[in-house]
Amino acid sequence: MRYGYFPGCALHSTAKEFDLSIRLSCPHLDLELVEVPDWSCCGASPGHMISEELALALSVRNLYQAERHDLTTVIAPCAACYSRLKSANKEVREDARLMSRINRVVGEEFTGKVEVRHLIEVLYKDVGLSRIESSVTKPLKGMKFACYYGCLLTRPPKVADFDDVENPIIMDRIVEALGAEPVSWSHKTECCGASFAISRPEIVVRLVDEILKAAQFAAADSIVVACPLCHVNLDMRQSQARNKYGRNYNIPILYISQVIGLAQGEAYKALGLDKHLVSPKDLLKKGLASF
Amino acid sequence: MARVGVFVCWCGSNIAGTVDIETVLEAARRIAEVVHVEDNKYTCSESGQQSIKKAIKEHDLDRVVVASCSPLMHEVTFRRCIESAGLNPYLLEMANLREHCSWVHRNRGEATDKAIKLIGMAVAKVRRLEPLIPIRMPVEKRALVLGGGIAGIQAALDISKAGYLVTLVERLPTIGGHMAQLDKTFPTLDCSACILTPKMGEVLHDENIELLTYSEVEEVRGWVGNFEVQIRKKARSVDMVKCTGCGECIEKCPLKLPSEWDLGLGLRKAIYRPFPQAVPGVPVIDREQCFVFTKGKEKCRACERACPADAIDFEQEDEVIKRRFGAIVVATGFSLFDEKAYGEYGGGQYKDVISALQFERMVNAAGPTGGHIIKPSNGREPRNVVFVQCVGSRDRAKGIPYCSKICCMYTAKQALLLKEHLPESQAYIFCIDIRAGGKNYEEFVNRVQSEYGAIYIRGRVSRIYERGDKLIVKGTDTLAGIPVEVEADLVVLATAIASQSDSPQLARILRIPYDEHGFFSEAHPKLRPVESVTRGIFLAGACQSPKDIPDSVATAGAAAVRVCELFASDELALEPAIALVDAERCSGCLNCLEVCPFEAIREERVDSRRVASVSESICQGCGTCAAVCRSEAITMKGFTSPQLYSQIAAPFEEILKELEVEMPSC
Repeated sequence: MRYGYFPGCALHSTAKEFDLSIRLSCPHLDLELVEVPDWSCCGASPGHMISEELALALSVRNLYQAERHDLTTVIAPCAACYSRLKSANKEVREDARLMSRINRVVGEEFTGKVEVRHLIEVLYKDVGLSRIESSVTKPLKGMKFACYYGCLLTRPPKVADFDDVENPIIMDRIVEALGAEPVSWSHKTECCGASFAISRPEIVVRLVDEILKAAQFAAADSIVVACPLCHVNLDMRQSQARNKYGRNYNIPILYISQVIGLAQGEAYKALGLDKHLVSPKDLLKKGLASF
Repeated sequence: MARVGVFVCWCGSNIAGTVDIETVLEAARRIAEVVHVEDNKYTCSESGQQSIKKAIKEHDLDRVVVASCSPLMHEVTFRRCIESAGLNPYLLEMANLREHCSWVHRNRGEATDKAIKLIGMAVAKVRRLEPLIPIRMPVEKRALVLGGGIAGIQAALDISKAGYLVTLVERLPTIGGHMAQLDKTFPTLDCSACILTPKMGEVLHDENIELLTYSEVEEVRGWVGNFEVQIRKKARSVDMVKCTGCGECIEKCPLKLPSEWDLGLGLRKAIYRPFPQAVPGVPVIDREQCFVFTKGKEKCRACERACPADAIDFEQEDEVIKRRFGAIVVATGFSLFDEKAYGEYGGGQYKDVISALQFERMVNAAGPTGGHIIKPSNGREPRNVVFVQCVGSRDRAKGIPYCSKICCMYTAKQALLLKEHLPESQAYIFCIDIRAGGKNYEEFVNRVQSEYGAIYIRGRVSRIYERGDKLIVKGTDTLAGIPVEVEADLVVLATAIASQSDSPQLARILRIPYDEHGFFSEAHPKLRPVESVTRGIFLAGACQSPKDIPDSVATAGAAAVRVCELFASDELALEPAIALVDAERCSGCLNCLEVCPFEAIREERVDSRRVASVSESICQGCGTCAAVCRSEAITMKGFTSPQLYSQIAAPFEEILKELEVEMPSC
C-alpha cells in the first residue's frame, strides 16, 4: 500500500518523535509512505485567520504536489494539517470557480484528484485490525490508555471522515488490537486550547487540567494522542496545571504511532520516547518488563 | 353566441396597486361575446356578489368570468353566487390576477398587459364551457377513527354522541396513548389518569363504538362516503369474550422483559397489559418472547393452567376484516426523537441521563418506581437535576428545525413535581427561551420559578459526561455570557416531538399528503386545520403537528364535527368535473388504469371489446388518464381539449393570424 505522506512543520520539529515512530511502525504494516516532494506549510490555524485565499492556496499547493507525483491519497498525521488540507480539498472540489481562482494564485493546475486522510483512519480502514494485531510482537498487556482524539480529528463532521463526531472509537480499537486496554472516558473530543497556546495560555492550562483530570478519573496510565499540538499542551503543561489547580499529574502522553511501535518491538529511543517531558519509563516498566 | 360578463376585482390594493384596472376594463369590453364588464373593490364581498347577481339578470348573462384571485380561494364562492342567480355553477371561469399576476410582478405596464391576456384566456374558455350536474352518492354513516390516544378517544366519543357509529382502531393492546403514560398535566396539575381513564371506560361501554385494539389498517379503497377498509386484528392469544381480566395469567408467567410502556425502566411479563388500567383489560401474549412460541408448544403454558376462564388460546390467528366507512379521522399521534443522535449528551449510554417521558413514568405513582424519583444507576434519590430543553427541537444540525411546542411547559411541570417529591432537590433548566403561550401557562412557569425555585439558564448544553456517580453538564449562560458547569445527579432530556416513523406508509394507504417531517398536512393551515386535502379524511391531535392535550382535544372535537356534517345528509354531492371515457374511441390499452392514482378506472366489456371505465364516485378529476390516452378517448369535464386549446391560443390570436396558422379546432 503506497500513500503520500505529509509530515507538516510540526513533525519535522517539535513532534519529531511522531515522525520517527510513524516511519518505524508503518513498514511493519506494509504501509509505504512517500513524502510529498517539496511540501510547504499548510497554513494551519494562523493562515485562515488572516485570509481565506491564503489558507486555501497553501493547502492546494501541497495537494497539487501530491497530485503531480501520482500520490492519490495523502496521509496527514498532524490533526491541524489534516483538517486544513481536507477542508481546502473539499472546498475547491465543490466549487469550480473557487478552484480556478486558487489555481491562479498557486500558479498550477490542481484538479482535485487527491484524497486527504488521517493516519488513524487509514490504519483502521485500509490496514485493518487483524493486520495490526499480527504485527504485534510485544502485546501491551495490562496498560490502560485514554485515547484522545482532540477537537480537530472529528470536526467539522461534514469535512472529517471519522466514525463518530462525539464518541469516536477507532483509535480505541487499534489500541485494543495491540493488547492494551482503552478506557472509557469523557474527554475524547474536548479541545486542549491549542490555538490559544501563546495568546491566552491561562485558558489552555484550564482545559489541559480538565482533560488530565478526566483521564485520571478513568484510571488511565497514559493518554494516546494523534496531534502534535495536543501533545505539546498535555505533555508540557502538567506542572502548570498542578501549580494552578492543585492536582498532581504524572501522565505520559504518547503518540499512537509510538504505541504501535512499542507493541511491534521497536526500541525506546528509536521511537523518540526519550523526547517527552513526562517520561514514560515507569509506565513501560509496568507493561513491558524488557524496557 | 354566448353572453359573457367579466367582473374585475381590485382586491383592495392587492391587484389595483399593480394592475391598471381602467385599461383592463377597456380591453375586456373589446373581447368578442363579452356583453358586460364591471369592477369592484372586493368582488368576494356580499355587495360584490350582489352586483354579479344583478348583472346576470339585467344583462341576461349566461357565462361569467371573475378576474380576481386563485380559484383555490374563491371558486366555490362565485359558483354559489351565479347558481343563486339561476346559472349553472360550472359556467364560471376565474382569471387569477392576484397570485399569478399582481403579486409576482412589479412593472405596472407589463402586469396590466398580462392581466388583459389572462382575462382573454378565461373568456375563450368560458365560451365553450358546458353545464355540469354534481353526482349524488349515498353516504355510509359509520366513521373510522385511527389511533386510540386522547385525540382518537375524543373524536370517537363526540361522533358517537351525535348518534353515528364509530370503529376505533388502535395498534397497541390498549387505548390511552401517551396521555396514559403521563403523571400530572400542566398547568392545572390534574392527574392525567384521573381525567383520561373515565373516557377510556366510556369508549369501551359505548354501544355506538366498536373498539379494535391490537389492530392495524392495511388497505383503504374508495372515496368519501364509501371507504372500504381492510383491518388486521392481530392475534392476541387470549379470547376477548372469555377473559375476565383477573390477571392470574400475568402472575404466573415466568418471563420478565423490559416494558415498552415504562421505556425500559420497568419490567413486564410475556403475557401482559401495558398498565393496570388498560382498556380493554384483556392481556396479550408477546409471541416473540413467550416460550410456547420460541421453544415449543409443550413448553411452559403456565398462563393457560392459571386461567380460570380457559381464555388462553395459543392457536389464535390474525383476523382480517373489511368494513365500509363514510369518513376517517386520523389520530395516530407522535413519537419522540431518539436522543442517541446526541453523542455529546452520552448518546443513550449514561444511565442517569433519561428522557422526559422516562421521568414522567418515574414520577407516576403507577409507574415502575411507584412514583419515586431515583437515579436509575444506583436507585438513590437525586439532589441536583438538570433539565435540558430543545433536545432535537430547533436544532437544524439534528434535522428538526421546528419547535416541539409542549416541552417548555412539561419541563416546568416536571421541575415542580421534582420539588414536591424531593424538597431537598434543585432543578436547573437549560432553555433557548421559554415558550409559554396558552391559558395560564406563563403564570405557571412564573410559579415554578418563584415558588419552586427552579433555576432557568438561557443557553444550550454542549456536553454531558460522567464523573464518578455524578454527571457533569457543561453549557453556556448566554445572558451572563459565561460558560457554566453543573454537577448533576440526574439529567432529563426534553426530546423533540417527532412524527410516527411509519406515518409516510399510512399516508400512502390513506392517500393523504404529509410534510417533510412526516406530519400529515392539513387542507388549509388557518381555515381548514382538521381536514386533509383528501375529502372525507380528517386529522386530529399530534399526527398533524406537535400539540398539547387541550389542542389535541380541540382538534378532535373539530374533526368530529366535520364527520357529523358529512353524515347529516343521506347523499353526498360529488364534483362533476371528472373523467369520461368514450367507449367507441377507447382502444382498450388500459394505460389509464395504470396511471390513475385513485384506482378509479376499471376494465369493462362493451360488445365483447375491452374498454376502460371510470368510477364516478372515486374519480378526482386530476386528468392524468386523459394525458396518457393515445386515442383521445378520455374527456375531462370542465377541462375538455377544445376548452383548453382555445384558452391557450387566446393570447396568441394575432400572432397566429399573422402567421396564417389556423386556430386549433374548437
